[in-house]
Amino acid sequence: MKRFLGFVWKEFLHIFRDYRTMLILFGIPVAQIMLFGYVITNELKDIRIAVLDHSKDEVTREITRKILSSGFFILDRTLDSAGQMEEVFREGKVKEVVVFPPGFAENMQRLPGVDIQLIADASDANTAQLVVNYTSAIIQNYLQNRISETSLPVKVNAGVRMFYNPSLKGVYMFVPGIMAMILVLISALMTSVSIAREKEFGTMEVLLVSPLRPSQIILGKVTPYMALSVINAVSIILLGNLVFGVPVQGSTVLLLAVSILYIFLALTIGIFISTLARTQQMAMFMSLFIMMLPTILLSGFIFPIENMPKILQWFSALMPPRWFIVVIKSIMLKANGLLYVWKEVLILAGMSLLFLVMSFVRFRVRLE
Amino acid sequence: MEFLEVIRVSRSFGPVNALKEVSFSVNRGELFGLIGPDGAGKTTLFRIIASLFLPDEGKILVKGYNVVKDYKQVRRITGYMPGRFSLYHDLTVEENLSFYATVFGTTLKDSAAYIHRVYSPLKPFRKRLAGKLSGGMKQKLALSCALIHRPEFLLLDEPTTGVDAVSRKEFWEMLEELRNMGVTILVSTPYMDEAGQCDRVALIDHGKLLQTGSPAEIVHNFSAKLYAIRGRNLYALLGRLRMSPEVKYAFMFGREIHLVFYRVPGRPARWLENLSGSPQGTFSIEPLDPGMEDCFVELMGENHPVDGKENI
Repeated sequence: MKRFLGFVWKEFLHIFRDYRTMLILFGIPVAQIMLFGYVITNELKDIRIAVLDHSKDEVTREITRKILSSGFFILDRTLDSAGQMEEVFREGKVKEVVVFPPGFAENMQRLPGVDIQLIADASDANTAQLVVNYTSAIIQNYLQNRISETSLPVKVNAGVRMFYNPSLKGVYMFVPGIMAMILVLISALMTSVSIAREKEFGTMEVLLVSPLRPSQIILGKVTPYMALSVINAVSIILLGNLVFGVPVQGSTVLLLAVSILYIFLALTIGIFISTLARTQQMAMFMSLFIMMLPTILLSGFIFPIENMPKILQWFSALMPPRWFIVVIKSIMLKANGLLYVWKEVLILAGMSLLFLVMSFVRFRVRLE
Repeated sequence: MEFLEVIRVSRSFGPVNALKEVSFSVNRGELFGLIGPDGAGKTTLFRIIASLFLPDEGKILVKGYNVVKDYKQVRRITGYMPGRFSLYHDLTVEENLSFYATVFGTTLKDSAAYIHRVYSPLKPFRKRLAGKLSGGMKQKLALSCALIHRPEFLLLDEPTTGVDAVSRKEFWEMLEELRNMGVTILVSTPYMDEAGQCDRVALIDHGKLLQTGSPAEIVHNFSAKLYAIRGRNLYALLGRLRMSPEVKYAFMFGREIHLVFYRVPGRPARWLENLSGSPQGTFSIEPLDPGMEDCFVELMGENHPVDGKENI
């Protein structure tokens, strides 16, 4: 036991002496959360639009007012002719032009009704899509209200309510995703690199001939990173909660327990990688490429799994973060208990066991 | 009494035969040197003795323990110092020592007397990071670490490589003292001049053991007559010497050429004048008592008759 503690202490010294390690451990999670939370967002804010109003009647003014008061749009300018549109888009500031045809208010009363033209700058396809959707929603909404005020006796209203994320905030998705990504990355990367470093510096030779058992070496490597990763997990949840208002509806204990299980899984992956890699660089490369890209692309963190081709869907089932994201979303947003997520938890536990066994099998008491 | 027995050990890595049927033994309390150039197979052999590699064939016994089957016992009595001083560069001198002490189940205090001779020069630097030490100090620290569990058997892989001359001399003095304390020491080195410090040496090249014996014995066994040539512009002369049919081999040794004839000419000085085409007195040639390096070159030539001449 004393040997083991001595080993753990040494690992902590390594971590605290190396400012790069500290930066990766604590700087990256915070930076990532901030980046994803603020910069990479699907929500619209202050989009500049222009209006080309050929009618200039009461209805078109009303609609324009509605659009501008939604908070999503800012009126950049009003245009006088269609010819100006091109120029406006070229400048690049204006993302959308709303065009009202002449005689809007009168034609509205008659069949076949009226058209409003929405012209968007689709050089950024995603934004264009969003902008157009938002604008048409506002217009629809206005027309609905107006019609219901006047005549029609029967109408169907679709009452929409978004459960678990009523305002459809992107952060709700990103916080679990980032947690899944960062924990797996840091845990796997750090352990594999630190074991590879022992090999590179030749200290592994002495550790192997020492009376330390393989299990003591492995657990000694895992323990410090486990502790630090738990701190990381907690700080990510706290940041998400305090800065972005992502709630933790379910049991905090369960959330932590699952996170610890997931961290443990990531650590065993790291150890497994280190049994394959001879140098720090190889270990880093393998961790990044095996863990990072698939985690981002295939875990359902950014791209929905349902939309992937079948083969990639099967592949994504092999990604630990995929299951972890399901579980923590379920706990954080839906307040689900273990009853609802036992399957995913079991999968994570199974994966940990698999990697642990594989690492022990591959870990040699000799150099080869 | 034989403490270490290496019996017909072979080991290959893919197509490379790193060790070919190597056999020798080290007596208890002996300072034994394994001497050979880089790539001779020294490190491979040491790792097999330290139970870090497995031999393809053959057997090694350390104090009667088989290094393959009884590797745990072997590891307990062995202090192993790998070729690259296996230190943690981001830990201080003291932290390195106490880490190895804890891992080997002892404490710095318990072993203080034992390692005192090696460690005391380092004491003023005990708060310094190991990575910031000079080569000589790293070497002493690594030796202290290898000694921390008071082993009966020290296995030192090229401990003097990359270390300045003064530190090397000190290091050999320390080894001698440890030997006098009863520790059996097997040390490898690429430096022939260090052979004289050992009780016995084994010369190794290309995975084959060339000769074993005390330094005096090895020099005594040198069969041929050796000549030294001194003078200016020796490199040009060396080429001519090697082309000459009378010359078995010739090589640069510091600022002279060492030379062995197939058949010694009647008047070597005259022969040399003819060969070089230079006036008398440009070069001098005299018989010489062979040193360890001359023996090694001779033995290496026998080991590789084809490339021996060119590579020297």
